[in-house]
Amino acid sequence: MGFEAAQYDVIVVGAGHAGSESALAAARMGCNTLLITINLDMVAFMPCNPSIGGPAKGHVVREVDAIGGEMGRNIDKTFIQMRMLNTGKGPAVHALRAQADKVMYQHEMKDTLEKQANLTLRQGMVEDLIVEDGKCVGVTTQTGAQYRSKAVVLTTGTYLRGKIIMGELAYESGPNNQQPAVTLSHSLKKLGFELVRFKTGTPPRVHRDSIDFAQTEIQPGDENPKFFSYETKSSDNEQMPCWLTYTSPETHEIINANLHRAPMFSGIIEGTGARYCPSIEDKIVRFSDKPQHQVFLEPEGKNTAEYYVQGLSTSMPEEVQEQIVRSVPGLQNAKIMRNGYAIEYDVIVPTQLWPTMETKLLPGLFTAGQINGTSGYEEASAQGVMAGINAARKIQGKESIVLDRSQGYIGVLIDDLVTKGTNEPYRLLTSRAEYRLLLRHDNADLRLTQIGYDIGLISEERYAQFLDKKEKVEQEVERLRATKVRPSDINPLLESIGSAPIQDGSHLLAILRRPEVTYSLIHQFSPTEHELDEEMREQVEIQVKYAGYIEKQLIHVEKLKKMEKKKLPENIKYEDIQGLAIEARQKLAKIRPMSIGQASRISGVSPADISILLVYLEHYNRVTAAGG
Amino acid sequence: MLSDTIAAISTAVGESGIAVIRVSGPEAIAEVGELFRSKQPLTEVDSHTVHYGFIMHPATQEKLEEVLVSVFRAPRSFTTEDVVEISTHGGIISVKRVMDLLLLQPNIRLAEPGEFTKRAFLNGRIDLSQAEAVIDLIRSKSDRAFSVALKQVEGDLSRKITELRHTLVETLAHIEVNIDYPEHDVESLTTQFIKTKCAEVTEGIDRLLKTANQGKILREGITTAIVGRPNVGKSSLLNALARENKAIVTDIPGTTRDVIEEFVTINNIPLKLLDTAGIRETIDVVEQIGVEKSRAAVHEADLILLVLNSAELLHEDEIHLMEQLRGRQTIVLLNKIDLPQQLNREVVTRYFSEEAIVELSVKTEEGLDHLEDAISTLFFGGQLESGDLTYVSNVRHIALLNKAKQSLADAYEAADIGIPIDILQIDVRLAWEQLGEVIGDAAPDALIDQIFSQFCLGK
Repeated sequence: MGFEAAQYDVIVVGAGHAGSESALAAARMGCNTLLITINLDMVAFMPCNPSIGGPAKGHVVREVDAIGGEMGRNIDKTFIQMRMLNTGKGPAVHALRAQADKVMYQHEMKDTLEKQANLTLRQGMVEDLIVEDGKCVGVTTQTGAQYRSKAVVLTTGTYLRGKIIMGELAYESGPNNQQPAVTLSHSLKKLGFELVRFKTGTPPRVHRDSIDFAQTEIQPGDENPKFFSYETKSSDNEQMPCWLTYTSPETHEIINANLHRAPMFSGIIEGTGARYCPSIEDKIVRFSDKPQHQVFLEPEGKNTAEYYVQGLSTSMPEEVQEQIVRSVPGLQNAKIMRNGYAIEYDVIVPTQLWPTMETKLLPGLFTAGQINGTSGYEEASAQGVMAGINAARKIQGKESIVLDRSQGYIGVLIDDLVTKGTNEPYRLLTSRAEYRLLLRHDNADLRLTQIGYDIGLISEERYAQFLDKKEKVEQEVERLRATKVRPSDINPLLESIGSAPIQDGSHLLAILRRPEVTYSLIHQFSPTEHELDEEMREQVEIQVKYAGYIEKQLIHVEKLKKMEKKKLPENIKYEDIQGLAIEARQKLAKIRPMSIGQASRISGVSPADISILLVYLEHYNRVTAAGG
Repeated sequence: MLSDTIAAISTAVGESGIAVIRVSGPEAIAEVGELFRSKQPLTEVDSHTVHYGFIMHPATQEKLEEVLVSVFRAPRSFTTEDVVEISTHGGIISVKRVMDLLLLQPNIRLAEPGEFTKRAFLNGRIDLSQAEAVIDLIRSKSDRAFSVALKQVEGDLSRKITELRHTLVETLAHIEVNIDYPEHDVESLTTQFIKTKCAEVTEGIDRLLKTANQGKILREGITTAIVGRPNVGKSSLLNALARENKAIVTDIPGTTRDVIEEFVTINNIPLKLLDTAGIRETIDVVEQIGVEKSRAAVHEADLILLVLNSAELLHEDEIHLMEQLRGRQTIVLLNKIDLPQQLNREVVTRYFSEEAIVELSVKTEEGLDHLEDAISTLFFGGQLESGDLTYVSNVRHIALLNKAKQSLADAYEAADIGIPIDILQIDVRLAWEQLGEVIGDAAPDALIDQIFSQFCLGK
């Protein structure tokens, strides 16, 4: 029999990228929090690639930082390479990507968790949830310990009934041969949750000294690295390069000759894999006319010789993996240290969640990260911080925080999950965002830091800095607008950079709008009274240059906001609204959207259905207002 | 969305010689004012006043239509928003001109089915007890508009638009891969390439718009199938109505081997006449195809003109046909009244009402006016309105095609001044979505599917 162990406000199950953020957010918001995980050595572990960021994902890390999460700070402390990608494109898609020292990353996060007030870190295997009066009020562990709480956040990653597959070999396991969480999966099913099976995979790791780097191309980091966190101003981290090589015709021959042993094709794997994270065997089958595929060799840390072989994700048998690796130029003599493998795991169908990350079925239970069908550390971290925030807000009796699609990639991610669901591991892409130009790497703070401050996750000091930046940027844009220029004054400068001269008087703002004119040129012509730092200058330049496009998107955002504000009552009976199409009725009843805006994004709900819903809602509101 | 400005034709096309276009929303007065010339600018007139003037082409300042414009200022209007009503001469051409111009205005869009009523309700203008009726109206109008739109987009237009969209989605996928996978070995897209693609699709849209303006899309009306056994006078009837000589008329049964179309206007009612091959069992392969097509034409038609030869006894095929047509909007024509009569009229009345039967001789044109009257009666009796919806659906297509063209022009222009590809993408994507709306294909995930089927990506 079990025993009463302890009482908390919030219990977070799992200490990966989602769990760490949830626990930190809840504890920082004043909740007495327990973070319980199967193995304390696996806190914030990166079971796959040793990198964080990139397009959309890097944006999310900035957003997590802007609202008061930890991932940005943690990677800034532990990066071994930093690169800004897409610098040749527009500012909205500039994306920071870091290579992490995996072990350091874990240590730093664990250190942060251990030092956090209100937070208890505990090793333990959760097997069941305690449910009373239809609410989740705690967890039970393998040892019989019963921990009680007002809210529980499940962040089980790929541990839930995890199964590693390699060739003909398959065994129950979490990532990297960790103990899987099997009983918890059965408990969730018994409680009525709909679970599905997903699959992901990882490539082999090879020993540094067995790589012939001379046959590869060097990929160094940026000389002047930028950082993820708005708090990080400088770093003396030494950078390590990555290396690029390619598969050879031999690689393709080996794979084709061994396809019958690939679990993907032999039928051993039943889980759905992601199209954007294919194994090498999958790539070669699906794109048979592509003569070669890129392979990046990425160091896993400073104090290890392990190299991650990006591009060779595989679940082939060990002996075939050996052959595949050795067919790649530079890896002819490579020694594999860890095999690649595929892993299958249970996820809960994410349309079972409210946009707050709370489950509809079991009030008090929140889920975040891979359990919700996503892939990626960054996606996990984003959900983690939001689940932590909303768990804390709920027990404090405060209104939940839901970001909409114009506020951040976090909003896009969560809205997609809970509104549309996903039939494969979900990865963020910038193309999933309708308002990409508004969701920039540079303005995450302007979008989210006010919220972070209001809910108690942003320090006073940082908030003051934020306000200062905001104000100075606004003032400078205003100054540019107000500063008139005469043709005779500015034309020599314009001509010197090959820009067309102006005929009549203009103002600096109009001049800066020209694609070929930079802010530094304007500044040279007409310096500001108070020097702006680089971040502020960048902000001024982007806001002015892309104003036309930004305004266009803002018009759409205004419409979106209007529709999001039209809240649908929770007890609405869609089955009884006769005018709705049958499919719409079923979908609406299942998803139970919080607003007309969310309803309009459900597939199978037509504009006519939305019109009808608006009329119904108006009727409902008027009747309710009349007390009828 | 409740605050944008919408426009729609609020009368059935052709009715009583006057058609009314209703515009509602905050920009209604200003936008119509842009196109309307009269003694006083529209923005300055009082509420509930009527003004005589002309709709002008904004570019050429040419007088296009003589109209009466009524202004109802918020909140004293049907929708409680600013409402402008433009009364034009009732012919389809007049309404089309004005409507097309309105929809080219940046702040006006075509109303959704039932949207004026919806707004009236949401703004408190319609009583609470009417909620259900409003819902029913939206549902039925949407369903009907949808089925008409569906009919419209089958075939050629749909195929052409799908092709244009394919070009755009491939380009978009390429742009997205460049953005989301910057280190991937996919060729970087140049703005030059994007410009070429924009130009290519713009040309395609231009071709579609040209045919639209020539009337191939626009001149749809009430689809009317002329059916009957071979040689009862179907083609002669078509010719008599069209007063042109397009269908070949002979005495040999089965000369009309395919469906022939003709557009006519009868008492201002636009009809698309389909002359079908004679419906009967046949062993001739070529003719068989014609017969199949004519069956399809009958199936699609809003109105059927069944031609019987009153100088002969009813044929077994004709009885069979009448059975099939029971319950459809049908006018039965007893042709060849100039010859000795043989047909037993009573049999026909078992299937159709007396009002639906017209006696005439296509050859002598005797009784042709009765047919025209019968069509008018059906139309104004409200039993036929598909033509109206078809027309609206056309207006919608043209407006969307024009918008897509504008989006591509914006992208092209931006490319010219060196705007980066992720920003050009905004307008290219908009064009892709607008074209998708024409054919009712708005799956937003299609782009992501395209990215992963076109490129081999992964970590």
